[in-house]
Amino acid sequence: MSRRPFPRLVPLALVLFALAAACDRGKERPEAGATSDVPAYGDALVEGSIADISGFLAAVTSDSASHGAAGYVFNGLVRYDKDLKLEGDLAESWEVSPDGRKITFRLRKGVKWQDGAPFTSEDVLFTYRKMVDPKTPTAYGEDFKQVTRAYAPDPHTFVAEYERPFAPALASWGMHILPKHLLEAYPDISKSPLNKRPVGTGPYRFTEWKTAEKTVFDVYPDYYEGRPYISRVVTRVIPDLATMFLELKSGGLDLMNLTPLQYKRQTDTKEFRKSFTKYRYLASAYTYLGFRLGHPFFKDRRVRQAIAHAANKQQVIDGVLLGLGQEATGPYKPGTWAHNPNVKRYPYDPEEAKALLVEAGWKEKDKDGILVKDGRRFEFEVLTNAGNKGREQTAAILQQNLDAVGIKMGIRTVEWAAFINEFVKKRKFDALILGWTITPDPDQYDIWHSSKTGPDELNHIGYANAEVDRLLEEGRRTFDVEKRKKAYFRIQEILAEEQPIVFLYYPDALPAVHKRIRGIVPAPAGITYNFIKWYVPKGEQRYTTFQQ
Amino acid sequence: MLRYLVRRVLISVPLLIGISLITFGVINMAPGGPIGISADLNPKATAEYRERLKAYYGLDQPLYIQYGRWLKKMAVLDFGDSFSPDGRKVWDKIRERIPVTLGINILSMTLIFLVAVPLGIYSAVRKGSVFDRVTTVTVFTGFAIPSYWLALLLMILFGVKLGWLPISGLVSMEHDSLTLAGRLLDRARHLVLPVFIAGFTGLAGISRYMRSNMLEVIRQDYVATARAKGLPERKVVFRHAVRNALLPVITILGLSVPELLGGAVIFETIFAIPGMGQLFFQGVMSRDYPLVMGMLTIGAFLTLLGNILADVGYAMADPRIKTERAG
Repeated sequence: MSRRPFPRLVPLALVLFALAAACDRGKERPEAGATSDVPAYGDALVEGSIADISGFLAAVTSDSASHGAAGYVFNGLVRYDKDLKLEGDLAESWEVSPDGRKITFRLRKGVKWQDGAPFTSEDVLFTYRKMVDPKTPTAYGEDFKQVTRAYAPDPHTFVAEYERPFAPALASWGMHILPKHLLEAYPDISKSPLNKRPVGTGPYRFTEWKTAEKTVFDVYPDYYEGRPYISRVVTRVIPDLATMFLELKSGGLDLMNLTPLQYKRQTDTKEFRKSFTKYRYLASAYTYLGFRLGHPFFKDRRVRQAIAHAANKQQVIDGVLLGLGQEATGPYKPGTWAHNPNVKRYPYDPEEAKALLVEAGWKEKDKDGILVKDGRRFEFEVLTNAGNKGREQTAAILQQNLDAVGIKMGIRTVEWAAFINEFVKKRKFDALILGWTITPDPDQYDIWHSSKTGPDELNHIGYANAEVDRLLEEGRRTFDVEKRKKAYFRIQEILAEEQPIVFLYYPDALPAVHKRIRGIVPAPAGITYNFIKWYVPKGEQRYTTFQQ
Repeated sequence: MLRYLVRRVLISVPLLIGISLITFGVINMAPGGPIGISADLNPKATAEYRERLKAYYGLDQPLYIQYGRWLKKMAVLDFGDSFSPDGRKVWDKIRERIPVTLGINILSMTLIFLVAVPLGIYSAVRKGSVFDRVTTVTVFTGFAIPSYWLALLLMILFGVKLGWLPISGLVSMEHDSLTLAGRLLDRARHLVLPVFIAGFTGLAGISRYMRSNMLEVIRQDYVATARAKGLPERKVVFRHAVRNALLPVITILGLSVPELLGGAVIFETIFAIPGMGQLFFQGVMSRDYPLVMGMLTIGAFLTLLGNILADVGYAMADPRIKTERAG
């Protein structure tokens, strides 16, 4: 599976996540005899990715494989730390002016591009200009367009001014900074050689990209944070997850994200445990059942609450994720500062669901047990994208759950592009099962604000609540974390009460890493945030044929 | 013969244009588009960004203008630039995949012909024997077994359990540090499973075809005459029957030409082989119009070429056809 080695926060924002597929058990070559567990330089880490990259400049690519690869080579001004809090990366520190309209970044001194040229604020200014240049085909220019003035008063200071305070703007400076001296000759950076042979400031240097086969990075010894221990990183493109799993077991890969089935049933063997360590933590994503709120059935809040009570979330988690996940209560992940743990919950309670439906005027009149109101049977169709087994299974379980309270739910799966273009954008659905990834910054203006209901916008369900609109505005117009927290806590309370969507579950991320690799410390940000500290003790190193 | 050839080639030109027009229409009718890949469900992708990207790719123009542009480029054999963010030349992308797909397909087709032809001949000669029955069952099993499933089974056995063969890819991690002989061996080891799977699953068609041709031929009078003359059975079969029975196989060979470059999506996906099938699949999924058009045009061209070659081969082998068609 592709992964993002350094969550350097290319503002990928919200992308749908896909759950994975299956396979079997196996063996691993025995390790060399006992060695001392001392950090040592050398060895390579081989990871698997289902997709090839499309380029190395994160500004002009939009897939996670490319962003992951670019993360080895480039840095932003800021990044998220292990607790998903912003920290300086190429910026040593930053100040936000009291009125929140000016951010001053103090840049690290002595940082060098991998070709030896010094990194300065001119590079940051250049990157900013490229992000707002109409000739740059970037999907991430919007945050930078909010900047009214950007300047570099000296080589180690960069200032961005905004018309109004805009909290997500700070995170937008996690965008990879580009080398001005190598790119200024190219009006369209996507056509520059750097998109294929990148030169950055990051911990690894580009070595090779064999299309649809692999990318190879070798250590950049002069990295500003210190030389990483692992000398080489190879990402192999293996489009089939079953093959990837066999490669892992046969020793061809050192790291991949397991599916729940692989985690639970196919790796629970002595052989696998001898060679691999499995990790488990909440992924930054949630799956939901969303309603088109303009639909006559779903206008009534009590109906939505009834469905929330009728949905057996635990059964979904046990059935779809084999228990490897957590019931969702809102759009933020538990354990992060924006998550409100005290919102209204909807325990599985079919009786309560029935009572709420009766209250809303739905009575059981039909002989087949389906509820009826004003002569209309409670029948609707849920849509989801074809090929996502997890969502299809979720739909099947919910279908049974709803049947038990007198609601007939049909299931339809549609190919992704058709699903989005013909149904979601045209609002031709009754309900849908989808997922969002959760960005570290809690701003979800685009998903919940009532102004974002246009065909290409993300409030597909047509949610509108004046208080939520106001709180979303408030949350993004202040840098004060406490004030933001208050706003987002309240939003979660309202969403929990109104149930415009039924939040189903947060799945677990389930990476397996070869045991010879040490230094991994799981944290809310996952496992790869401290990749440069990972190491293989000398006696256990496997790949030694390349120059180190 | 030359006139016949020239005529066939000339007819191919409007045919190719017709095929490209239909494919252009069809891919443009498919829901979604290249912009959607980066813009759909991306809150940072504003309407302005979409418009800008459309203009960037020329998608803001009416379809007939887009097609006209494409055709104009094709006239000078320019396949255009891919819509993927790498923006590489379509021809460059295709060119780097051709050797892989061509190599594997030539190997597997050689394997198929080497095994299928003798199997077919022997089955026909020993029609109804245990060998014939066993062969029939085996080749049809190969035909019916999902290649995905068989591939996984063999990967588990030879890759994971026994550790004899690599599971996926074309070369191993250490490939670059090996000697020339070592590199060749490394590559060969990687090809064993894919070529076997492709060969095994494709065996049924040719072997059954050969068998029925053979049965047809050995019933002919001239074979009976040869036998009556007292020729040994070996000579009857190989000198008289096989040569004639092989003739229609030429057609199959000709028709296989486009397949040589076609690539198989499922098969290349399982073995992580960067071939044409994978490239085409990715092109279609990301609505990379120039790439899809380029590959389909090459496919159409090869199909027409294959047909011409098959006809020519046939005409050369059987003069009656030449006079009939060219006359």
